[in-house]
Amino acid sequence: MTTEMSGADILIQALNDQGVEVVFGYPGGAVLPIYDALFNQQRIKHILVRQEGGAAHAAEGYARSTGKPGVVLVTSGPGATNAITGIADAMMDSIPMVVITGQVGTPLIGSDAFQECDTVGITRHVTKHNYLVKDPAKLGDIIHEAFHIATSGRPGPVVIDLPKDVQVATAPYRRTNTSALPHRGYKPAIKGDLTAIEQAIELLSKAERPMIYTGGGIINSGPAASMVLRELVKLTGAPVTSTLMGLGALPASSPQWLGMLGMHGTYEANMAMNQCDVMLCLGARFDDRVTGRLDAFSPHSKKIHVDIDRGSINKIVRVDVPIIGDVGRVLEDMVKLWKAREYQPRDLKPWWNTIKTWRDRNCLAYPASVESGEIVPQHAIRKLWEATHRQQPIITTEVGQHQMWAAQHFDFESPNKWLTSGGLGTMGYGLPAAIGAQLGNPKALVIDIAGEASIQMNIQEMGTATQYRLPVKVFILNNEYMGMVRQWQDLTYGGRYSSSYSDSLPDFVRLAEAYGWKGIRIERPDQLEQGIADMLAHDGPVMVDCMVAKMANCFPMIPSGASHTDMILDPAQVSGVMDDEAKALV
Amino acid sequence: MHIQQQETERHTLSVTVDNEAGVLARIAGMFTARGYNIDSLTVADVTEDDSISRITIVTTGTPAVIEQVVAQLDRLINVHRVIDLTERGNFVERELALVKVVGTGEHRIEALRLADVYRARVVDATTGSFVFEVTGSSEKIDKFIELMGEIGLVEVARTGVAAIARGKEAV
Ligand SMILES: Cc1ncc(C[n+]2csc(CCOP(=O)(O)OP(=O)(O)O)c2C)c(N)n1
Ligand SMILES: [Mg+2]
Repeated sequence: MTTEMSGADILIQALNDQGVEVVFGYPGGAVLPIYDALFNQQRIKHILVRQEGGAAHAAEGYARSTGKPGVVLVTSGPGATNAITGIADAMMDSIPMVVITGQVGTPLIGSDAFQECDTVGITRHVTKHNYLVKDPAKLGDIIHEAFHIATSGRPGPVVIDLPKDVQVATAPYRRTNTSALPHRGYKPAIKGDLTAIEQAIELLSKAERPMIYTGGGIINSGPAASMVLRELVKLTGAPVTSTLMGLGALPASSPQWLGMLGMHGTYEANMAMNQCDVMLCLGARFDDRVTGRLDAFSPHSKKIHVDIDRGSINKIVRVDVPIIGDVGRVLEDMVKLWKAREYQPRDLKPWWNTIKTWRDRNCLAYPASVESGEIVPQHAIRKLWEATHRQQPIITTEVGQHQMWAAQHFDFESPNKWLTSGGLGTMGYGLPAAIGAQLGNPKALVIDIAGEASIQMNIQEMGTATQYRLPVKVFILNNEYMGMVRQWQDLTYGGRYSSSYSDSLPDFVRLAEAYGWKGIRIERPDQLEQGIADMLAHDGPVMVDCMVAKMANCFPMIPSGASHTDMILDPAQVSGVMDDEAKALV
Repeated sequence: MHIQQQETERHTLSVTVDNEAGVLARIAGMFTARGYNIDSLTVADVTEDDSISRITIVTTGTPAVIEQVVAQLDRLINVHRVIDLTERGNFVERELALVKVVGTGEHRIEALRLADVYRARVVDATTGSFVFEVTGSSEKIDKFIELMGEIGLVEVARTGVAAIARGKEAV
């Protein structure tokens, strides 16, 4: 006979059995029994954030940088609703996360009790799965299943709503193995269909203009997937591009790397996507920011799509060879088959010559200085890269122009170093994500490349970094505008800057100091190097307020509603007005 | 600017799911969240231990949308299996309706005559009304209701479609 434990103790025990080291959370009435159970143990480290939204993003940063699931603990009602943005963000970017929310006692559910909300109802569409636990005897199995679901197949967030009486009531606990879990219908595909893989290899080997398009799936599959990708890339000799989420899977220094694709991708990547004859899509999902105008998307190619999520296949673009499975495993099979059959790629010289003409446009070029004497934002990012890349830093970002500039100008050589909100595009992601990443990688240099508007969305988390002595660096590209919004207003709405000016900004240096951080201001190009050096020299958290050109816009760009071949390379091409059809596509 | 419409098809799907709280909300919610249509949905548990329910969904959409409906249903953790019966072909589809007709004299006699043709049974009668029970394909029931509309129809309750593949094989 096993001894009975309280629901709260079962939770802690199950988290221990799952190997959880860090929980990001915030207490409240409906989780007090759990907080009491946390108080009595040492193994799990609880990180007290300043707002539950911060907890969810911190868990994302932890998960994406370590490959382990992030764990969040929040109270009922407002605690749960505050966490929703981060949960939705994790859903869109396929981040493994388990969120425990307190709930009012089961007899009170449905009575509009104090701090009650229908958490399973509200989170249903932004979670991979969710539970309301009414029986403490089922809690253990549910927690283990939640971790299994969050981390397997296409990863995602799982919410466990835990009423207060279930936390207090007792029941036996057993350590379950996955085969005994409640949902027998859940069996994610791992190995891809071999005939389809053969077909894919056959197509690739015959291609005259092959193109490999990778996404976040490769990162999610684990570092091994990036290694086999490199092998396949060598074997096939094909050029490679990636989505925002997949940066780092192939080293940016690889001669076969064409840079990111899509709306702010490189000219060569987008042109090659348009002109290729065989496209191999690996763990990406043909997002609208990637495809541009659909009816003009890569019109001449045979398309192979490898994805673990059957729902991603043929959702937006019809493909010729769908392969459902873990992209790492499928890549292994592809490499094996390629070698076993001793395939040789065709002569790809003509293709690479064409690519060279596109590369020669040098689409990411920027002036190192401008007449106004302002700092060129791309230059600031490049300087930051120069000063830090040898340390293989983890970079997080907020959302906006700075995010796109970081994606374009900060080169990544390995996976799990680039943490950004891609699918949901959540301003306020970067600082808490950096905190989570720093906790998961105590020795790493972690930098949030931020915008002055975005950083204010979760600025309260500076206190969290101070409390846990996390030496995160926040590098604000301060253009005094919601730059990305202003850019669209330039391009689409005749330069009418409706509410896109960042008025009444705080003094970021003094704000940093108020939180016990170091604050640095960089105002002129000649201060860049020293400012960055000072930031790196300080062993605590640092906020850098780097004043950059206010009116700079991010190029190249595929305007909304346009195809890959209609890129704007240079600001002078901007028309400033757009028809309704294009506006509706935004 | 105008929004364009595309050709759609009607498909009957059979979905087996874990019989637990919230499953229906998940399925119905998935349809609304992704903008798919539900024409009819029936659900009941079909196992002795009440562990599995069978849901029959009739949906309309473009072929690409139907393919996505199946894939998106399949992604739900509680869903065991999704079968597109229309895609497979060769299946039986039945629906039951209770139809209340009010009237006197000629109308009553005509109602009974039509009911006979449609093999509808009288399950309740008063001097001024009948309730008919009619089973069959949705089209047959549509037709029956349409006819009754001319002779005193006041109320209809329909079950929605239940469907199963023909032949020896079980899903
Ligand atoms: C939570 C949230 N609200 C609104 C937006 C829309 N949005 C996208 S970029 C942007 C401006 C960001 O400004 P800033 O952080 O200063 O970055 P910049 O573009 O200037 O580099 C806004 C408002 C968003 N992405 N997220
Ligand atoms: Mg800005």
